[in-house]
Amino acid sequence: MTRPAPVADSPFDAAIIGGGVIGCALARRFTLEGARVVLIERAADVLDGASKGNSAILHTGFDAPPGSLELACVQAGYREYLDIHESLNLPLIRSGAMVIAWTEDEATALPDLIAQARENGVDDVEPLTVAGVRALEAGLGPGVRAAFRVPGEYLVDPWSAPHAYLRQAVENGARLMTSAALLSAEYDGAAWHLDTARGPVRARFAINAAGNFGDLVDEILHGRRDFTLRPRKGQFVVYDKAAARLAGHILLPVPSKITKGIVVCRTAFGNLIVGPTAEDQDDRARAELVPETLAALMRRGEEILPGLKGMEVTATYAGLRPATEFKDYQIRAHDGRAAITVGGIRSTGLSSALGTARHVWGLAQGMGLAGRPVAAPVVPRMPALTDEGTRDWQCPGNGGIVCHCEMVTRREIEAALSGPIPAQTLAGLKRRTRVTMGRCQGFYCSAELARITAGRLAVPMTGDADIGSETGGGHADD
Amino acid sequence: MTDLRPLCDLAIIGAGPAGLSAAVAARAAGAGHVVVLEREAEPGGIPRHCGHSPYGMREFRRVMGGRAYAARLAAEARAAGAEIHCETSVIAIHPGGRLLVSTPKGAMEIGARRVLLATGCRETSRAARLIGGEKPGGILNTGALQGLVYLQGITPFRRPLIVGSELVAFSALLTCRHAGMRPVGMAAPEARPLARWPAGLLPRLMGVPFWGRTRIAAIHGHDRVTGVTLEGPDGPRDLACDGVILSGRFRPENALALTGHLEIDPATRGPVVDSDGRCSDPAYFAAGNALRGVETAGWCWAEGRRIGVAIAADLARGLPSPTLTVAAEGALAYALPARIRPGSDGLPDLQLRAARPLRGRLTLTLDGTEILSRTISARPERRITLPLSILPAGASGRLVVRLEEGG
Repeated sequence: MTRPAPVADSPFDAAIIGGGVIGCALARRFTLEGARVVLIERAADVLDGASKGNSAILHTGFDAPPGSLELACVQAGYREYLDIHESLNLPLIRSGAMVIAWTEDEATALPDLIAQARENGVDDVEPLTVAGVRALEAGLGPGVRAAFRVPGEYLVDPWSAPHAYLRQAVENGARLMTSAALLSAEYDGAAWHLDTARGPVRARFAINAAGNFGDLVDEILHGRRDFTLRPRKGQFVVYDKAAARLAGHILLPVPSKITKGIVVCRTAFGNLIVGPTAEDQDDRARAELVPETLAALMRRGEEILPGLKGMEVTATYAGLRPATEFKDYQIRAHDGRAAITVGGIRSTGLSSALGTARHVWGLAQGMGLAGRPVAAPVVPRMPALTDEGTRDWQCPGNGGIVCHCEMVTRREIEAALSGPIPAQTLAGLKRRTRVTMGRCQGFYCSAELARITAGRLAVPMTGDADIGSETGGGHADD
Repeated sequence: MTDLRPLCDLAIIGAGPAGLSAAVAARAAGAGHVVVLEREAEPGGIPRHCGHSPYGMREFRRVMGGRAYAARLAAEARAAGAEIHCETSVIAIHPGGRLLVSTPKGAMEIGARRVLLATGCRETSRAARLIGGEKPGGILNTGALQGLVYLQGITPFRRPLIVGSELVAFSALLTCRHAGMRPVGMAAPEARPLARWPAGLLPRLMGVPFWGRTRIAAIHGHDRVTGVTLEGPDGPRDLACDGVILSGRFRPENALALTGHLEIDPATRGPVVDSDGRCSDPAYFAAGNALRGVETAGWCWAEGRRIGVAIAADLARGLPSPTLTVAAEGALAYALPARIRPGSDGLPDLQLRAARPLRGRLTLTLDGTEILSRTISARPERRITLPLSILPAGASGRLVVRLEEGG
């Protein structure tokens, strides 16, 4: 693959390192505030790290530590999502959540959790009797001791949201560089000189949003780190759409000190997920699935919802949360170096991203980054991927359905392969369109998809198979 | 092609061997307006992308390639007066034969007096097998592989591992040979290949090692498959390969039935049917591999033909209700159909599968009275059939079919 020409001579106001949900939200906020932004992503496509696998819940912050930065960012992010989701055509499934105690110990913990929720300003939580729980969720298994309801916990699309943030940034002037791992960096007192795998970049500010690599990027930028990442793996099982009837609410367990515990909930796409596990590991990039763990998740899921027994598994996945030795977010301004580290965003990044971005913009302003907000910003409309909106297959001229399980049309795939932030990998195409994400997992549509994507992805779908294109048989290294 | 009309007598979902043969038979037996709804661009179903297997023996008394066979089935259906509508997906089924359909021109609802589900089956995905490791590109079912090779001319990898030993695993082997791929080996949990002789000889003939009693524990690679960890009789070991072909373990493609209103048999994963192929909603019928995974194209073709006749009879004068219920007991994985109307011209046999390999006694009792008892040697991948003609005419009550070890 040929390297593109080096990025323009005049420096950017801010280089954001990391194209996860946080980096995408930062790119949007900084751009809307008038900064010239470049987003640098090491992988071939965005959302390839911590942001590719989460539970897709928009949290109220009811269980966040009172007074924490995490709580402030989650609540600001929650409010902004509610404000902007309609204009960006992002889904919001107002499912509500239920925190369920399955043991006496857990039941005794509920009053404190309710008090904490109220302290956090989530004052519509509602204690439920066992009969009240059953009336709302008839499919629950035996053993419910007590529960309370959190009406404001919602389901969202974990990929369309960050894609929308990034797209709005790019359509209003931001620049995206993928396959651009940060190799070295130097600050000369006025600007950062970043050397990336795609060439040099100059920027006044360097914002580290590198997720599971945040400490390593700080080493490159500053020669030191203030925290150490130890990724926490979470495995999930996704059940077939038929299972989504079994639960209306997000079914949360009573959280422990380490993890929010195993959640059972619908997804915005009409499936049902069980997960995540919480497994600390050293590897920052590989999230391996473990069959025994998946089977244990399924058993737990079947205890919570007995109707899950025999339901078909549609998908399995594992995500890595950027956990550090600290409980709270690690957001730090590096005085005198025009840099901000946005690290340790463990498991609430999707909920907090918009709020975190506002907080970081505030820090940057305090360090002298000023801008004139974009007067009439472009507001992209994202494709409707959930049954909440009118899907493309329902509209004329869609070119026909390619992925029958998820009802993805040819026109939707073409749009995701072009446009302002085109898909670079099959995984990226899946996140943008849901193609092959359904129950057959590509049994029926892989062949057609390989034909459509031939020569158009940075990482081809089928090995050396871009037969007919002039790529010389190799594929992009990353 | 004419536009899809909003009303028809029979809507057949799926233009594979079962659906197309049902269209021919229903038309020949007097059904009026028959439409076949196919979501792919061409009719023919799975045989369409099998370049090599012998098709057509039962149907046309000659050996044909998959594509020629598929084309012949479609031509016969058209000649019989059925309309085939491709790129037409049924999105949802509703009681009484109302279908939500997507066409390239947009969505529409149609009403059919009867509907036949002939949606076929597919292989079990990597996810549903709970295979460990990473999720790189280059993990395919045989169906996807054959689509790539035979329909698109794409060679997705060079040195894949083939998982499974059902007949389809050997079909995957032939597909690899056709495309110049050299599999590193075949791995399966069984000690010996499940497929009948002579398919089991193929690996040796092609110089591909067969590893029995072996499961795939993990897949490695970030963008592309770089290897796997196998667990065999001698413990775990790593193997380099650039792709994984997950073959077999077929299951009905029953999304419409599952997300709709039809009763599903948890044992077959297909809709519950009676011996006329009729589902829990009598406007709906099912035939072919939508009933269970997996039988041959020829079997599905024959099944479709019989159910097509039954549907035409139902349209003309109504079919009587079934009088017998069927229960599978002991070491049986399933029994199909679940309800029987003695004297029906639909499914000719009780179709059974054993849950595990065993020698044992198969008994059939009607309301406690034994009608049949025989010793059989059963393997899960081989069908066992009992002709329904042995049932007394006018029989009613509860039929229990039981397989017991020993005896």
